[in-house]
Amino acid sequence: MRRSIPVVAAALGLALTMTACSSGSSNEDDATPKPSAAATTSAPALSGTLTMWVDETRIDVMKPIVAEFQEQTGIKVDLVQKVSGDIRTDFVKQVPTGQGPDVVIGAHDWTGEFVNNGVVAPIELGDKAAGFASSAVQAFTYDGKLYGSPYAIENIALVRNNKLLPETKANSFDDLIAEGKTAKVKYPVVIQQGDAGDAYHLYPLQTSFDAPIFTQTADGSYTNELGLGGEKGEAFAKYLAKLGNEKVLLATLDGDKAKQAFLDGQTPYIVTGPWNTTAFKEAGMDISVLPVPSAGGSEAKPFVGVQGAFISSKSKNPLLANEFVTNFLTTEKVQTELYKAGGRLPALTASAEQVDDPVLKGFNEAGATGAPMPSIPEMGAMWAFWGTTEVQIISGQAKDPVKAWDKMVTNMQDAVDGTK
Amino acid sequence: MSQQTLSTDSAGAPPAPPPRPRPSRSGGVSHARDYGRGFWVKVILVALIDAGAVYGILSAAAVSQWGIVAFLVVVLVAVNWAYFSRRALPAKYLLPGLVFLFAYVIFAAAYTGYIAFTNYGDGHNSTQADAIEAIQIQSEQRVEGSDAYPVTIVSQGGELGLAVVQDGQVEVGTADQPLEPVEGATEADGKPSEVPGWDVLNFASIAQQQDAIVALRVPVSDEPADGSLRTQDGSTAYIYQSTMTYDPATDTMTDADGTVYTPDDHGSFRAPDGTALTPGWKVNIGFENFTRAFTDSRISGPFISILIWNFVFAILSVATTFALGLFLAVVFNDPRIRGRKIYRSLLILPYAFPGFLAALVWKGMLNPDFGFINETLLGGASIPWLTDPTLAKVSVLLVNLWLGFPYMFLVCTGALQSIPGDVLESARMDGASAGRVQRSIVFPLLMVSVAPLLVASFAFNFNNFSLIYMLTGGGPNFEGTPIVVGHTDILISMVYSVAFESGVKQYGFASALSVLIFFIVGAISWWGFRRTRRLEEL
Repeated sequence: MRRSIPVVAAALGLALTMTACSSGSSNEDDATPKPSAAATTSAPALSGTLTMWVDETRIDVMKPIVAEFQEQTGIKVDLVQKVSGDIRTDFVKQVPTGQGPDVVIGAHDWTGEFVNNGVVAPIELGDKAAGFASSAVQAFTYDGKLYGSPYAIENIALVRNNKLLPETKANSFDDLIAEGKTAKVKYPVVIQQGDAGDAYHLYPLQTSFDAPIFTQTADGSYTNELGLGGEKGEAFAKYLAKLGNEKVLLATLDGDKAKQAFLDGQTPYIVTGPWNTTAFKEAGMDISVLPVPSAGGSEAKPFVGVQGAFISSKSKNPLLANEFVTNFLTTEKVQTELYKAGGRLPALTASAEQVDDPVLKGFNEAGATGAPMPSIPEMGAMWAFWGTTEVQIISGQAKDPVKAWDKMVTNMQDAVDGTK
Repeated sequence: MSQQTLSTDSAGAPPAPPPRPRPSRSGGVSHARDYGRGFWVKVILVALIDAGAVYGILSAAAVSQWGIVAFLVVVLVAVNWAYFSRRALPAKYLLPGLVFLFAYVIFAAAYTGYIAFTNYGDGHNSTQADAIEAIQIQSEQRVEGSDAYPVTIVSQGGELGLAVVQDGQVEVGTADQPLEPVEGATEADGKPSEVPGWDVLNFASIAQQQDAIVALRVPVSDEPADGSLRTQDGSTAYIYQSTMTYDPATDTMTDADGTVYTPDDHGSFRAPDGTALTPGWKVNIGFENFTRAFTDSRISGPFISILIWNFVFAILSVATTFALGLFLAVVFNDPRIRGRKIYRSLLILPYAFPGFLAALVWKGMLNPDFGFINETLLGGASIPWLTDPTLAKVSVLLVNLWLGFPYMFLVCTGALQSIPGDVLESARMDGASAGRVQRSIVFPLLMVSVAPLLVASFAFNFNNFSLIYMLTGGGPNFEGTPIVVGHTDILISMVYSVAFESGVKQYGFASALSVLIFFIVGAISWWGFRRTRRLEEL
């Protein structure tokens, strides 16, 4: 017995990791469901204070905004910094226990998971909704209802190092590669990949083959039908294999290495988003932002990501939370301030029109026709199948790209059907 | 459930002191009686623990975590009893260990076991009451094309009401009373400013009653189908219709078409045609998570090859690290080597790095196109260290060898030094060769103390999640498998990718799989320790 203690400890340590840290609190709450209701009624001491969760990438942008909110309304907002990798899971786990925040700042593709777990409340923007970019509102809409108030939009585009290549004439991705080679540096163009692949950064190329992840209805919302199967998707798979064969796409070039290659002047072009251009500008580079040229003949449309605020379904301050999320965050002044601090395109059209930064304008144009990333909970499985297969095609591990692609489509379909 | 476990277990935590007197009190009196320096040190330490526990109790009570409160109260009482009672000598030694054992091991294990029997996960993450509330919130739909009404919150003898302006006329309604015109009311900017007979609430009182205000539904007319007015921010109201009604008497949900959704045994409201409402809630589902591990074809497919690799990985990891560690230990145990201390310190360096960090560094060094090994050491070769299925396995083993041999080296060095010199000397006197001494004397004696550690090391490597996750992430992935797992995945990393990375988190299923892994490791370790015991009978 004495000796088996390390074994038991090792096994249980792992068991413990699986149940994760917050398990204790949720369990305690299970045993005592009543007190949380009692605490709600004795809440007046809490009135006037909102709790808001923000991750480390957004907290600095939010600090002056909540200070202004307090000045205007007298409502204090407690900003709680969460780790960006955990904030989404923590929110889903903590809201049912009553320990969650009133408001959480996040990305639109969390909506599906939040709604499926019943942790967010629908919001009503009313007439204000018309003032937003339609894709931004659409992004936070799930099953016909709006769950988040958008404030910023971002997408990827082609970024050019003007020192290496002053202008771009290419109309197709193949021409772009040829043009990129004239710069006589290590790579003609880089698109980040990595062990698990990166379907997000390849998506503009994929859509140029008319093979979106899900088919879209006329109003732009996604259906449950996969759009990347069939001949169009297979044509894209062959194109990927070709790029991999020509060593234009490298499976081993991950995000950090791609960024570094551009910073080091090893490539005239990189497909990336506004999160990297700040670093490029800080390094004193002269850059232009262009739409990604088409590879398959149709328009290359990137995914659009939208940032916004959600309200917890168990918020003890629903009114204050709505005041902040639907009335304050949606004003032109605040959206403009968020843009200035965060460097992302505002979701509010009136603020977006004031944007004069050429880089951001370039991203805006490149993403003008892009559709929001789907927010269904199954996207996690989609990304995994998608990236894995793409990287296997690029690296040559999958000998027959068409077969690998078709197999992937089958697996994706099973995942969509299976979790319904 | 935890509360019961908590109280019964902790109450039994301080074992009853044996009735017999303890004569072994080395001469002096115990600190429990003596008011010397030791006593005051003890008082300060216990006071600090008490202060911490009381603080914990207060903060846990503030957030209504009664389970934690109960646990801390029991700990508090037990600590004070054990360290101030004259009769609780064994408890003084046992108590700290028991507290930590309970908090870190027993609780986590019991909780994992409990979760393994539930469907806890995405879509089923709370109670039925929460699910009903969420479904109702989500099913409230703004009436299409209806106006937005600037609203004023009013009250009359404690009853809340909403006041809006419709066609130039101020109307007031409450939860029971549909909107009705009020004469003599004034408006400002399309919003009622004064309503006779009603108090207009200011922002402070609105904030105080926000739950009631947000929950308030004012019917637009006597006809329920017209919908009701509600406000979320206290300043604008919209007309909503609820498409889903809950009937507490029959515990069913009914939607606008009259379809009835009844709760099924998997924690969802389900219609006769099989469609379920989201979210559901957490329920006990018996052994389903366990049977699923064997019946789900998506998992049982790659399971066998992963299980085999898991064993190969664990066995080879132990064998290679032990072989290298033992060899180095024997070499550096020879007194003829100069500077042994320096060599030994250098050799245990890999042990000083955190494992996951080292795995990440190795991952970078092994990158086929940019890694230090290919680029610099091998002069620009492009060996697919981590992307070729076989080479990836070799790389994993090599990196684990690098990470693991210092431990074996340390253990073996210690064991070697504890072998009595006279035994070796007498062997040599009897004319045994150096190889013979190693084989027949040193090795068997060494195994007595090292063999149990090898079993423990096997158990550790069997579940070496961080190495696999950080170094290869399980990759290179199998082609076209219905779950994304790879050639270097071991069971625990497969559990992780199935239960978490597939997008829909399944804590219940993950717990069940980790319980299964625990039984595999537990059984092997038990067998291993049984075998090692024989070595002791030398």
